[in-house]
Amino acid sequence: MNSGRTNNHTWRKIKSALASTIAFVSALLVIAPLGLVFFHLVANGASSVNWDFFTKLPKPVGVVGGGMVNAIMGSLELLGLASVIGIPVGVLGGVYLAEYGSARVNSLLRFVADVLNGVPSITWGVVVYGLVVLRFKGFSAYAGGLALGLIMIPLIIRTTEEVILLVPNGYREAALALGVSRWKTIVHIVMKTASKGIITGILLALARVGGETAPLLFTAFGNRFWNHNLAEPIAALPLQIFTYAISPYDDWHRQAWAGALVLVTGIFCVNVVVRILTRGRTASLV
Amino acid sequence: MATPDPTVVEHVDRAAEPTSTSTSEPAAPLTFEVKNLSVWYAEKRAIDDVTLDIASNAVTAIIGPSGCGKSTFLRCLNRMHELVPKTRVDGTVLLQGDDLYSNSVDPAIVRRRVGMVFQKSNPFPTMSIGENVVIGLRLNGVRNQKFLNERLEKSLRMAALWDEVKDDLHKPGTSLSGGQQQRLCIARALAVEPEVILMDEPCSALDPIATAKIEELIHELKAHYTIVTVTHNMQQAGRVSDYTAFFYLGRLIEFGPTTKIFTNPSQRQTEDYITGRFG
Repeated sequence: MNSGRTNNHTWRKIKSALASTIAFVSALLVIAPLGLVFFHLVANGASSVNWDFFTKLPKPVGVVGGGMVNAIMGSLELLGLASVIGIPVGVLGGVYLAEYGSARVNSLLRFVADVLNGVPSITWGVVVYGLVVLRFKGFSAYAGGLALGLIMIPLIIRTTEEVILLVPNGYREAALALGVSRWKTIVHIVMKTASKGIITGILLALARVGGETAPLLFTAFGNRFWNHNLAEPIAALPLQIFTYAISPYDDWHRQAWAGALVLVTGIFCVNVVVRILTRGRTASLV
Repeated sequence: MATPDPTVVEHVDRAAEPTSTSTSEPAAPLTFEVKNLSVWYAEKRAIDDVTLDIASNAVTAIIGPSGCGKSTFLRCLNRMHELVPKTRVDGTVLLQGDDLYSNSVDPAIVRRRVGMVFQKSNPFPTMSIGENVVIGLRLNGVRNQKFLNERLEKSLRMAALWDEVKDDLHKPGTSLSGGQQQRLCIARALAVEPEVILMDEPCSALDPIATAKIEELIHELKAHYTIVTVTHNMQQAGRVSDYTAFFYLGRLIEFGPTTKIFTNPSQRQTEDYITGRFG
């Protein structure tokens, strides 16, 4: 009897150890890719990340050196254009879902947003190609920004909705009981209370589309020079990486690694900012 | 004296122990005249044909067991119950003679005249103590800083909070203690200068000392405002109110001067509830 109990105990210990080992290995497998990617990028790209990279235009094939300043600026411009479309529509859509809308309309909207979030990003490129590029007979920064903005909308809608629903009802009631209108209550009380969460959602959406290549292939197209007109094709960091990576030249490969390192570092930084913003989240609720 | 309202007598007659002396109407002037008010949440009837007058510059307490409709009744007085979808109201509520439920009335205007303090203190977490007090005025379009500052001090003084916070007006409203937060919420409600203050169990989350301060405050405020308070605490109703209404299962069982309700109730249910035999 006594020994049987001991055996049982040992067997339980083994099972427990086994389970925690599997969980630990799984956790390692989650972290490993990030480590590997970063290690690879640093090993191959760090040597090409220098002052020139951030200040010079690409050099012609065969000429060593040059940089990707036009692609970095292009990416920022595209993100700016995408924000003009994605942030207002996304945030207001999220507000509508959380504060207005009947249950039936809301469940439909949520379903649509979730489906859109799952649509492969190249689809957006093709859609914008058909709607904008063909109609206006040319690739442009506008088209690229539109494609990225459309990807941002469902992402921001969902995060905004979630954080607005976290705002306790007591604050809405308190404002309404002061004779404040519904809309002012939402803007000045609810959205202000949820602002950290809303900004977090926006940053995550920007980080996500900042690394998108596929939707830009048919829209922004890429450009080896400065873009002075948003109605013309524009360079973007992911596009430039793509072009350089599939080229046959070693020098371009090194530049592509450097570009990838810069892009990943940028996205990493955005995520760090998000972590800082959301640190006190449980304390202040949103 | 206001003319006795026949509907109240009739209502009381329907109750267990019929008597015509159970309702002593509050003396004029009246702030609210509620006539035959019924409220439904979807299919569920929360308030059943309540007729009640609320006297000006007096404290009216609403007591009754949980789920008896006292909060719903309170929220009907500033149309806050409309935030719950699928509510329906029948009957009339007159505020100084104005029909609150007339089609042309904007609920925001009603709420500017009838302020509210909630069970759980809820200062806005993104705002300082000072901003919390004047936010109602700000969002209603007041820009004059001098006016806002004057109103800030006046409201905090009336809420008996000025001396405790006058040097910390820039600190977050949520940094105050529970009782102070509740007084901050009262100051916030006072700042828009309503005619009435509704209080929905304002002390139920507070310790006895903080409760005593709020009760004292209620006593002082009635010189300037009409106050309607919901409470679970019978002693509190006895201490602070001039009139008491006892609700049970959505109906008004008895209404009259607090001293009478507590010492000589005419309804058996009232007496049972007050003496703690149920509820």
